[in-house]
Amino acid sequence: MITTIGAITARDLKLAMRRQADIVSVLFFFIIVASLFPLGIGPEPQLLKKLAPGVLWVGALLATMLSLPRLFADDYRDGTLEQLVLAPQPLGLTVIGKVLAHWLVSGLPLALLAPVLGIQFDLETDALLILTVSLLIGTPALSGIGAIGAALTLGLRGGGVLVSLLVLPLYIPVLIFGAGAVDATVTGMGAEAHLSILGALAIGGVFFAPWATAAALRISLE
Amino acid sequence: MNNRLINWFKYASPQSFYPVAGKMIPWFAALAVLFGIAGLWIGMAVAPTDFQQGEGYRIIFIHVPASWMSMFIYLVMAFWAALGLAYNTRLSGMMAQALAPTGALMAFLSLWTGALWGKPMWGTWWVWDARLTSELILLFLYIGFIALQASIDDPRRADKAGAVLALVGVVNIPIIYFSVKWWNTLHQGASVSLNKAPSMASLMLWGMLLMALCFWMYSIAVALHRVRTIMLERERGTEWVKDVLQQEAAK
Repeated sequence: MITTIGAITARDLKLAMRRQADIVSVLFFFIIVASLFPLGIGPEPQLLKKLAPGVLWVGALLATMLSLPRLFADDYRDGTLEQLVLAPQPLGLTVIGKVLAHWLVSGLPLALLAPVLGIQFDLETDALLILTVSLLIGTPALSGIGAIGAALTLGLRGGGVLVSLLVLPLYIPVLIFGAGAVDATVTGMGAEAHLSILGALAIGGVFFAPWATAAALRISLE
Repeated sequence: MNNRLINWFKYASPQSFYPVAGKMIPWFAALAVLFGIAGLWIGMAVAPTDFQQGEGYRIIFIHVPASWMSMFIYLVMAFWAALGLAYNTRLSGMMAQALAPTGALMAFLSLWTGALWGKPMWGTWWVWDARLTSELILLFLYIGFIALQASIDDPRRADKAGAVLALVGVVNIPIIYFSVKWWNTLHQGASVSLNKAPSMASLMLWGMLLMALCFWMYSIAVALHRVRTIMLERERGTEWVKDVLQQEAAK
């Protein structure tokens, strides 16, 4: 089981490393979106500080969503995906491996980059810490749930827009508790409750989403 | 199998379900009109004015049934979706597809009447309260379902992909239901519950229940009508559709 997941993850990571521009462009998308908000809203530090958790979380959400089509599209185009579906290993495990690789190249860098952007929004140190922790906990759920949308829209016209329509509503609980955790720290209430629910969502998402994704992949490849 | 009173599997084929649905539609439509007239009469004319909210509260006779239906239709849709995935029946996917627009309409009605009610009562059209937000998410889920089905050309794949999405989205229904307890904000708690006596006058309750029945009958009638159209469209190459169309043209 571990070897299946590990092999798929290693393969996807290697492929991602050969095309580093894809990873970097998603990160720059995140940076640009986060920088657009102060330009649109105005430079008052108090206002920006209040908006920061939501802005950074929404930015991370959109950046993750943009990178979703990459999850299966290339393998679908060159036929690898069909072979993976036919392979004797359970498809759910394969999907977990791919989701893990997707998280390592999109969610993890986003979470590590977020505190740098948080400084621009004048967040305190403990809020920056919670922002990173909440993104570290929350982004696996985003990758897992997003995989369902990516699998359902595989090979469809207008797939990119459709993914956002399907996936963004399902992201809302993660957004609420992720941004809520940072917000609670800023207002001095403590983030444990939010982080616990976020952790529950992440565990639930990562556990159940791969099986739904596997079902969706089988349907898309029929 | 045949010693049962009714062989339900017989009606799983579009060919035998089409005439049955055609016979049921007028009944459900008539019941919808009857319940609607009775419910509106009690709600608008007989039920007393609320001592806190004045006449404005009467919007709940539309608002509450629409909210109930919007959530319930999603459950029914998910039920058909699961059935379709499990038994691979053609009709299940058609039913799910036929229910989605009605569900979206109910969610929209619920949000719209809620806004109309919120303006005089809370002094604002919209608040980012948990229940309002989750009803909005429900509307998004319906729209996502409809958009996904519309963008897949192969109807079998559309049914199955929609079914997976509906089952995933059904996770949202408990979140809607428990959100009142979780977030506990501006929206009042549920007015009707099974555990305690309802906190409203019995006449108001009757009006609301009648309106809820009216919405049920309307939804069934409209969904059956839509599923008949979908059947004709999808099975247009088959013999029975030709027969049906010839018979209807002869009338």
